[in-house]
Amino acid sequence: MNLDKISRRRVLQGTAALTLGTALPLKRAAAADTTVGFIYVGSRDDYGYNQAHAAGAAALKSMPGVKIVEEEKVPETEAVEKTMESMINLDGATLLFPTSFGYYNPHMIKMALKYPKLRFEHCGGLWTDKDPKNAGSYFGYIDEAQHVSGIVAGRMTKSGKLGFVAAKPIPQVLRNINSFTMGARLANPKVTLQVIFTGDWSMPVKEAESTNSLIDQGVDVITCHVDGPKTVVENAARRGAMVCGYHVNQAVLAPQAYLSGAEWNWEVLYPRFVKMFTSGETIPNFYRGGLKEEIVKVSPYGPMVSAEARKHADEVKAALTAGTYVIFKGPLVDNKGKTVIAGGVSRGQTDPELEKMDYLVEGVIGATS
Amino acid sequence: MKADVDAPLTPSGLGRLLRRPRFGGKMGGAAEFVVIPALALAASLVLFGIFVALFGKNPLDLYFYMYQGAFGTWFSWQNTLTRAAPLILTALCTALPAQLGMVIIGGEGALLIGALCSTAAALALQEAPSLFVDLAMAGAGMVGGGLWIMLSGALRQYRGVNETISSLLLVYIALAILNYLVEGPMRDPTSLNKPSTRDIGAANMIGSIPGTDVHWGFVFGIIAAVLSYILIYHTVFGFAARVAGGNIRAAKVVGLSVGKLILVICFLAGAAAGLAGMMEVAAVQGRTNANLAAGYGFAGILVAFLARQNPLAVIPVSILLGGIGASGGLLQRRLGLPDASVLVLQGVIFVMVLASDSLYGRLPFLQRKAP
Amino acid sequence: MADPGNIGLWTVPLAVLGGAVRVSTPFLFVSLGECITERSGRINLGLEGTLVMGAMSGYGVSYLSGSPWLGVLAAGVTGAAMGALHASICGLPRVNDIAVGIALMLFGTGLAFYLGKPLIEPTAPRLPSIDFGWWSDIPQVRAALRINALFLIGVVLAPVLVWALRTTRWGLIIRTAGESADAARAMGYSVNLIRLRATMFGGFLAGIGGSFLSLFYPGSWNEGLSSGQGITAVALVIFARWNPMLCLAASILFGGAAALGPALQSVGFSHGYHLFNAAPYILTLLIMIVTCSPKRTLIGAPAELSITR
Repeated sequence: MNLDKISRRRVLQGTAALTLGTALPLKRAAAADTTVGFIYVGSRDDYGYNQAHAAGAAALKSMPGVKIVEEEKVPETEAVEKTMESMINLDGATLLFPTSFGYYNPHMIKMALKYPKLRFEHCGGLWTDKDPKNAGSYFGYIDEAQHVSGIVAGRMTKSGKLGFVAAKPIPQVLRNINSFTMGARLANPKVTLQVIFTGDWSMPVKEAESTNSLIDQGVDVITCHVDGPKTVVENAARRGAMVCGYHVNQAVLAPQAYLSGAEWNWEVLYPRFVKMFTSGETIPNFYRGGLKEEIVKVSPYGPMVSAEARKHADEVKAALTAGTYVIFKGPLVDNKGKTVIAGGVSRGQTDPELEKMDYLVEGVIGATS
Repeated sequence: MKADVDAPLTPSGLGRLLRRPRFGGKMGGAAEFVVIPALALAASLVLFGIFVALFGKNPLDLYFYMYQGAFGTWFSWQNTLTRAAPLILTALCTALPAQLGMVIIGGEGALLIGALCSTAAALALQEAPSLFVDLAMAGAGMVGGGLWIMLSGALRQYRGVNETISSLLLVYIALAILNYLVEGPMRDPTSLNKPSTRDIGAANMIGSIPGTDVHWGFVFGIIAAVLSYILIYHTVFGFAARVAGGNIRAAKVVGLSVGKLILVICFLAGAAAGLAGMMEVAAVQGRTNANLAAGYGFAGILVAFLARQNPLAVIPVSILLGGIGASGGLLQRRLGLPDASVLVLQGVIFVMVLASDSLYGRLPFLQRKAP
Repeated sequence: MADPGNIGLWTVPLAVLGGAVRVSTPFLFVSLGECITERSGRINLGLEGTLVMGAMSGYGVSYLSGSPWLGVLAAGVTGAAMGALHASICGLPRVNDIAVGIALMLFGTGLAFYLGKPLIEPTAPRLPSIDFGWWSDIPQVRAALRINALFLIGVVLAPVLVWALRTTRWGLIIRTAGESADAARAMGYSVNLIRLRATMFGGFLAGIGGSFLSLFYPGSWNEGLSSGQGITAVALVIFARWNPMLCLAASILFGGAAALGPALQSVGFSHGYHLFNAAPYILTLLIMIVTCSPKRTLIGAPAELSITR
């Protein structure tokens, strides 16, 4: 490290973060443009979580004056801090979207404190007053779409047994499992749902094995919450089971067996955020929304779905979209017989208690640990 | 064919390979150990340039962005050194046992166990002064990681179980233990969607080297590498280890306790990786969770082999690989190359450096000093 | 906790059996190939990279050509090329085969991920399965017995390889190279050439093992496809004592162990599933601890092999 480098360091330290990029001998976007950085934890084309975000990022490409920089497969370590800084310093990014849960604390918080003039928007985190003001977290109540899928599944199952292949027993996943199950039991109170946890977000062989095990148990509708649902969807369809998708629309993978699915709708949210940002409006630090806010959507029903199933699902979907329907309301009993939401209590989607979910509702076969 | 006799297919062959003098050795002098890897590196870059050219990218752009991303600015340097920090320690986990002719590839497991142990130590000592907590964390991490690799060494010594395979299997087992503990008994109930242990506390966090973003793990890595070098090349213990690595039978004849050597060296190797795990907890994550399994242990294997198992050479090689990692993001963003291009380049360099092993003692212009 | 009704619990052994057949095939092919490579006196740890390359290229060719069997062939050829690369680098003087294997593991994985990016989304034609459970009315039995031809080929290949190693001229040459390079040279053979062919054969089979992953089970290409099956299969060869028939047994055992975790959860036994998921690795380690001995060289171990010492 020679003197040149050290003097450059002083320059870096003494200059406002926004102008840093220009001090560096690298081509970058003109100052008038807004550069938005997207960071994905996995492959952009995984038919799942990351692809949904990349589709949202792609929706920005048509916006004038907006430039997108993307990096995929960034681990949730210091590497993501350096990726953010690199996008800031070398590309001049002023708005960043680290999209994986593990990026939030400590990595994104650290960067938000270091670059107070830039904006950091995290998917899935729980922003609180203690966190920096230039950071924010957004997420979708995808359990609403799961609930609608669940109704379809409950109407369509012949064996009365549904299956759920899940990665880890964390609140977001449990909420999806519960919401799906409650939807199914709304349609048919006798339905049970068997859950299998694979232990990690991308384990194709284990996901396939879990799918087969579930079908061996007599399960005839399968859904999942893993990063890339392709394996589960294809293997379930091959065994003749019906499937509900997740993250993105997987109907092309199983055109006949696909019933419905819970999808992200980042194509709507990201342009909304970027418009707020470029027009000088503040993006809310804590942003959540479901069907009503168009952050999530339900896949178009598959050809197999019966008219009565469509009708029932559409009714509930309309009520959710209108904001007049509450999924988690008491009395709600978990699968160990304990009352988790007392009678008369109604937990709307924004209730923070729901973000701490640690139970499986009545009708789910499986345990959280 | 002479080549076949020389092929290090036997323990003594491998030992010969590892025992060959490095810096300041008699054959060819130090120059050979700089020139040959440099040639291999240059050849790899050319090959990789051709490879990306096949996909319609300009190799000159590639080299420019690689340089910029890794070493072109002060920010890039910090990016590089940050990524190099854990690699020095995990590389020692492979380089130290290699002195005995053992191939340990389980540094990732020792890192995870070290992280778990150090976190447990910090959580048990919440009230203690932070210096004490950090020392306890380092101690626990090193003992945990050390015992983990020592298990591989002991299985080799007492049960004849191949250490390469056992250390690898132990990685998967360590990961399962970590996931089990982090999602079960050690889980912080408030760690909602990222199951983690409790936080070790901001006061116990080890900061960065002043004026940089690079955490202290980089300095500890250098210290550990230098100490390892001294141990191997300037102590009786290290001499004994190299003798045993060269020829176990000879070592036994001269009365060396090979079993003790194996256990001690494996312990030290695991301790280095365990310390890397502790640093990831104490300087980066502040807690243990699945994020720690980021492949530093596996990257360390590559570093160790590229450094020809020399503890001192591990330092520059770690920086080189840190630089490749640091430039990977720029290659994705500027050239539209997939993230896997870093893996391809690392693989090419690895293959070329190994293939260049056959050049030692054969480059005429480097042989003048040879007796 | 447990599912009421006893048909439920019966699915555990059935799922383990079905899983053993489904999950074991990649292990079987990689370990049979590696068995031959190691019998020639060289170890190829790079088969993990070969497996992933095979999975990617097999999927790609099946997608482009529309014929999954052409994909299998392409995967094998890719694997053989990777084997040739390994063998030719190892053939250079003073190059360590274990290190080259680790390097090729990295290189193969990286190259497959690089080239495989455009293949993640498309759906390629898959290999068919043969229904051996037609006689049964129980759908679980039928599912467990829906077997892919590659598994059967592997099952047949194992005794054929035993026979070939024992009785054919080629088998003798390979074994000679593995037991004593000097003896093989004295007989006038090039040890490097023998090992080149043996490593290419091993790579060919490992590539086919990879194509099974992408073209049959789980049946699509993605970057998380192999969770160490290639390298674990190399470990299987050691506890299978370099005997192809034991490789077959070990692979089936290992596949069954891998199916155990999900099967137990499907009947409601879910505590500590992470530890059950690690069962195959723990099992391999325990078997190695029990069956290895420091006192003697492993029975059946090729004397030239660096890893047995």
